[in-house]
Amino acid sequence: MRIFAHANYNFIKWRWHALIVSLVLIWAGVAHVIWLGGLPLGIDFSGGTVVVLQFDHPTSVQAVRDGLGPAGQDAVVQSYGDASRHQVMVRLPETGGEGANLDELAGRIQQSIQAANIGTFTVVSRQMVGPAVGHDLQQRGIWATLTALGGILIYVAFRFRLTFAIGAIVATFHDILITLVFLTWFHYDLSLNIIAAILTIAGYSVNDTIVVFDRVREDQRLMRRAPLDEIVNAAVNQTLGRTIITSGTTFLAVLALYLFGGEVLRGFAFTMLIGIITGTYSTVFIAASIAIILSRRNRPVAAAAATTPARTTDVKRRRRA
Amino acid sequence: MYKNLRWKLLVVLAVTALAVWSFSPPSQKIKLGLDLKGGLHLVLGVQTDDALKLETDTTAAQLQSALKDESVTVTTKTIDPTSFEVDGVPAASDQAFRTLADSQTSGSYDRDARGGGAYVFKMKPNIVVQRRAETVTQAIQTIERRVNELGVSEPVVMPYGARNDQIIVQLPGMSDVARAKEIIGKTAVLELKLVQAGPADRATLLAPYGGQVPADMDLVPDTSTAPGSTTGSFYLLQHVPVITGRDLRSARTTTDQYNAPAVSFTLNSDGAARFGRATASNIGRGLAIVLDNQVMSAPRIDGAITTDGQITGRFTQQEASDLSLVLRSGSLPASLTYEEQQEVGPSLGADSIRAGILASLIGLALVTAFMLTYYKLSGLNAFVSIALNLVILLGFMSYLGAVMTLPGIAGFILTIGMGVDSNVLIFERIREELEANKGARQAIAAGFDRVFITIVDTHVSSLIAAGFLFQFGTGPIRGFATTLFFGLISNVFTSVFVSRALFELELSKRRAGAAVSI
Repeated sequence: MRIFAHANYNFIKWRWHALIVSLVLIWAGVAHVIWLGGLPLGIDFSGGTVVVLQFDHPTSVQAVRDGLGPAGQDAVVQSYGDASRHQVMVRLPETGGEGANLDELAGRIQQSIQAANIGTFTVVSRQMVGPAVGHDLQQRGIWATLTALGGILIYVAFRFRLTFAIGAIVATFHDILITLVFLTWFHYDLSLNIIAAILTIAGYSVNDTIVVFDRVREDQRLMRRAPLDEIVNAAVNQTLGRTIITSGTTFLAVLALYLFGGEVLRGFAFTMLIGIITGTYSTVFIAASIAIILSRRNRPVAAAAATTPARTTDVKRRRRA
Repeated sequence: MYKNLRWKLLVVLAVTALAVWSFSPPSQKIKLGLDLKGGLHLVLGVQTDDALKLETDTTAAQLQSALKDESVTVTTKTIDPTSFEVDGVPAASDQAFRTLADSQTSGSYDRDARGGGAYVFKMKPNIVVQRRAETVTQAIQTIERRVNELGVSEPVVMPYGARNDQIIVQLPGMSDVARAKEIIGKTAVLELKLVQAGPADRATLLAPYGGQVPADMDLVPDTSTAPGSTTGSFYLLQHVPVITGRDLRSARTTTDQYNAPAVSFTLNSDGAARFGRATASNIGRGLAIVLDNQVMSAPRIDGAITTDGQITGRFTQQEASDLSLVLRSGSLPASLTYEEQQEVGPSLGADSIRAGILASLIGLALVTAFMLTYYKLSGLNAFVSIALNLVILLGFMSYLGAVMTLPGIAGFILTIGMGVDSNVLIFERIREELEANKGARQAIAAGFDRVFITIVDTHVSSLIAAGFLFQFGTGPIRGFATTLFFGLISNVFTSVFVSRALFELELSKRRAGAAVSI
C-alpha cells in the first residue's frame, strides 16, 4: 500500500491563496482576541484561585454557583473530568489578598458551599497563584519561546540559507498564531501546559519544514537548470507521503491522548491536534512559499550587484577553485 | 557481508539492558511529580530586604556605640534597608569619626559626607547582591531542615524565579497544608531580652520617656495583643538581647510546672556563659522570651541560669512540638510571602497517571497497527525501534532522577511522534530507491544514508529548541524540555542504528535478491 506515491500537485501555484486564507484566519482571531480584551489566561499567568471539588452525589453547576453566594459573581464554575465522578471546578480571578493569605479565598469557597448544603464533597485539588508570579511566568514563557525559535532560525540559516530560515520561522509563527486563534474560539485558557503544547507544535512545524528543505537542497543538485519554485514544488511532492503519514500517525497518538488522557491533558491534546493540522498545512503551503518569495526578491538585487564588481568575484572564484 | 552485525546487535542489547536496569523496579526508580502523585507545591518569596535592614540597623547601632566609647555622641537613622544616616558629628571629632567609621563599615558600606556633620552610609551594590543571595541560601537551608523533620519523603526545596529570590517547596503526599505552611513560614527569631517595664498598655510604659520609645529599648506586644495593634498589653525591653536562637544547642517538647506543654532548650557553651553572667547580675528582674517579636512569657530571674531554659505559654501539644522543631532548625533570615500554592489530591493524581498511561498505550497501539498495515514487516522494525526509544528514555529519566510530570508524559508522546517520523522518512526513502530498481541491500543502505542528514538536521534543531526551553522555561516547560531532549538523543540511536541493524539482520537471513517487505 502506498499513498501519494507519485504526487505531482502544483502547490506553489496556490501559495498566494494559501497566504490570504491564513492571513484572514489570523486577522479574524486577532479581532476576536481584541474584542475579548486579550488572550484568555489560565491562573498560571493571570493569578487567581482554582478549587476542584468532588461531590458524593450528582450536583449541578448552577447549584454550586448559587451556593457560592455573592463571591460567585466573578466565578467560573464548570463540571470537571469524567461525569461519573461529579467533580466541579470553581475558578476565581483573585487570591483573596496579598501575601500569606493565599488560601483564605479557597477556604471561603469551601465554607460557603458547605453552608449551602448541596451535598457532601471533598477537595480534590486547589491552586492559588499570586499576581506577581503569574506575570513572571508569562515573561519567562514568552522568552523561552522566542529564544528557542531564535536558536532554530540561526541553525537553519547556517545549514540552508537565510531565506529558508525565515520561511521556517514564519511558518512556525503561523502555526502558533492559528493554534492560539482556535484555542480562543474553543474557550481554552492559556496555561503552562498549553504553552508546552504550543512549543511542541513549533518543534513539529520546524521538523516538517526542515525535511522539505533538505529535499530541496538535494533536488537542487539533481535539477540544476530548473527554477527554484519548480524544485521546491518537486520537493514538497516527493515528501508529501511522508508528511501526511507522520502527521496522520501523530494525530492518532494525540487523539488517543485527547479522548482518554483525562481532564488535565485535554487542553494540551486539543492544542496539539490543531497544531498538527496547521503544521502540515504550513509545511506544504507556507514555509516554501515564503522562501521562494524572499529568494525571488533577493535575486535581482544580487544579480545587479554581481555584474558591476564582476572582476573581483571572478578573482575570488578562481582563487577558490 | 554484514560482518559488524553481531557487534551492532550486542550494542543494542547492552543499551537495552542498561536502560531496563536503570529504571527497574519502576515503582521505585521512576519518580512522579506532584501533579501525578498528589501533594503540596509552594512558591515562596523571600523578603531579602528584611535581612538587609537587619544588617543596616545592626551596623548603625554598633557604630553609634563604638563612637559613644570614644565619647562622641551622634544620632543614627535607618533610611532604607540598605542605607543609614549619621547626624551630629562634632567638627572637632570628625577625623576620629572617619577613622572609626572606616574600620567598622568600610568593608560593606560606602560613606558619603552631606556636610554639617551628617553622613550617609550606603551598602555597596556587590554586597547587596551577595547578601540577598546568602539570605535565600540560608532560608533554603532552614526550610530544608524543617521539611526533613516533617517526615515527608523526597521533598524538593530549591531556588526559583527570574531573580532567584523565590523558593519552590514541594511536599509529595502532604495533605495538612495549614500545618506545613505554619512550620515552613515561621520566622522563628528567638530572643531573650531583659524587661525594663511591663506588662502594661503603651501610654503607661512610655510616659517616663516622653511618649517615645528610647533608642536602646523596644516596645514588644505580648501574645494577647494582635500583631500590629497599638492597643493591648506591651513590654518595654532592652534592645540588645541577652541571647538569641543562634545560641541554642537543642530544643525539645516538655511540660511546665502545671503539666502544660512547653518547650525546653539547651544553650551552647558560649551562649551559656553570656546567659549565666546576665542572669547573675539581674536577679529579680524579668526576662522576656521573645519569639518573632512577640513576648511569649516573661518569668522573673530567680538565680543565675546557665545552660537550660524553658518557654511556656498557652501551647497545645502540637504547637509545642512544632515550635521546638522550628527552633531546632534555626530561624529564617527573612520573612516569607506565599506567591503560589498548589494542592493536588492523591485521587486526582492517580486518575491522571491511569489516563496518561492508557492514552500512551492506545496511541502506541494505533501507530503500530498503522505501521504494520502500511509498511508490512518493516512496520515491526519501526515498532521495535519506537518501543526501545521509550525504554531508553525511561532509563535516562530514572538515571538522572528526573521527575515524571504530565508535561513529561506529553514529551513521551512527542518522542513517539519523532520516532515514527524518522522511521517513515527512512521507509519512504527505501521505497523510492527500490522503485529506482535498486536491490534490497542497496536500497536499504541508500535509504538510511540519504535520510541520515535530514534526521540530523531535524534533531539538532529540536535539541536547540529543547535546550532554550530548559534554560528559560519554568516548571512544566522544563519537565517537557528534559523529556524531549533525551527522547531526541535516544531516537537518533534507535531509528538510525537499531532500525538499520534490524534490517541487516533480516537481509542476512534471506537469500540474495529476495524482495524486502516494505
